[in-house]
Amino acid sequence: MASSENPTSVEYIKHHLQNAQVCKTDEGWVWNHCQDAGFWTFNIDSLFFSFILGALFCFSFWRVAKNAKIENPGRWQSFVEMIVEFVDKSVKDTFHGRNPMIAPLALTIFVWIFLMNLMDLVPVDLLPWAASQAGADYLKVVPTTDANITFSLSLGVFVLIIFYSIKVKGFGGFIGELTLHPFSSKNKFVQVLLIPVNFLMESIGLLAKPVSLALRLFGNLYAGELIFILIAVLMSAGIGGIVGGGISYMIWAIFHILVITLQAFIFMMLTIVYLSMAHEDH
Amino acid sequence: MNINATLFINMIFFVGFVWFCMKFVWPFIIKAIKERQDKIAEGLAASERSQKDLELAQEKAAELLREAKQQSAEIVDSAKKRHAEIVDSAKGDARTEAEKIKNGAMAEIEQEVNRAREQLRSKVATLAVAGAEKVIERNIDAAANNDLFDKLVKEL
Repeated sequence: MASSENPTSVEYIKHHLQNAQVCKTDEGWVWNHCQDAGFWTFNIDSLFFSFILGALFCFSFWRVAKNAKIENPGRWQSFVEMIVEFVDKSVKDTFHGRNPMIAPLALTIFVWIFLMNLMDLVPVDLLPWAASQAGADYLKVVPTTDANITFSLSLGVFVLIIFYSIKVKGFGGFIGELTLHPFSSKNKFVQVLLIPVNFLMESIGLLAKPVSLALRLFGNLYAGELIFILIAVLMSAGIGGIVGGGISYMIWAIFHILVITLQAFIFMMLTIVYLSMAHEDH
Repeated sequence: MNINATLFINMIFFVGFVWFCMKFVWPFIIKAIKERQDKIAEGLAASERSQKDLELAQEKAAELLREAKQQSAEIVDSAKKRHAEIVDSAKGDARTEAEKIKNGAMAEIEQEVNRAREQLRSKVATLAVAGAEKVIERNIDAAANNDLFDKLVKEL
């Protein structure tokens, strides 16, 4: 359907799940031959869409912030203020400390992830086809179906969790939180014996936060994208396939509106909760 | 799902966007919302205040009206009283005047009567003397008997 002539279903699916990559090999920087390149590979398409959408968010919201009218705000300003108030309320309900960074962070995460997820609703073949006309062999449109993107967000949050834990509780407090809970004893000797157990449990709990954040978003969007691709494959099966595929594509897209919003909201909410926990002193 | 250097580049984007949002977007939008909320609250308070003012003014107007009614009633009352007084005093004046006139008339009448009686008396005296002169026809010294006549006149 898209680039090469008459691909099999497997080839078609694989093609759609392949990022456009740039990597450094022995022959210098190359495009799309990065199977063995290892770590220094860049998923250009993910980065491109991620940056464009983030910049779109920043620019459109910045224009509202700059021209904010107190009396009779325009439609776009009202919409932006609605989102901002929604995020502000979520933050105030959950986060009780004083930190001017949490709310903007939550807003950025929510809108940015929502926009990246929204790319999932662009018909799967549209942009890759346009790119292939322009000479690019591979293009993956939805940045959040790339684990690199979701992990970059969750690791950013993870760094903040550790930073604020140490800032609020001190380094000793942070270590104490990792080693003295959940099991503790009055007996000093038993306490010392319990430290490795506590440390194991708490550090797994701590590491699970960014991993679960990233994998939840990635898994949901990857699965959603895959179903769109499978429906697109179905459409190649004659007239019945086109009708059935068209209907199921529409149904899945409508359902997906809920999924992408929900996933963006969950990511934001959990970020707030984790950072709120990092600010709490036991 | 292969992790590669994309992650770090996107993390830099992430930091950049959050920083931008924190610096140039969030505070201004929140400020605008806050100011509008304050303004609306102010407006509501003002309307409530003016409502209360209106009620107070209405109360005051009603009170003024009531007072004015009372005053007018008082004025009418006092006017009626004054009217009665004037009528009474006029009556009294008229009565005393009438009395005075009556008294004057009576006194005049009495004077007239007295004068008439005087005249009558003197005339009667002279008539009596003349009668007596004629009856007695004697030379009686009129002067010697004058005191007798006087006594007689007084007795009348």
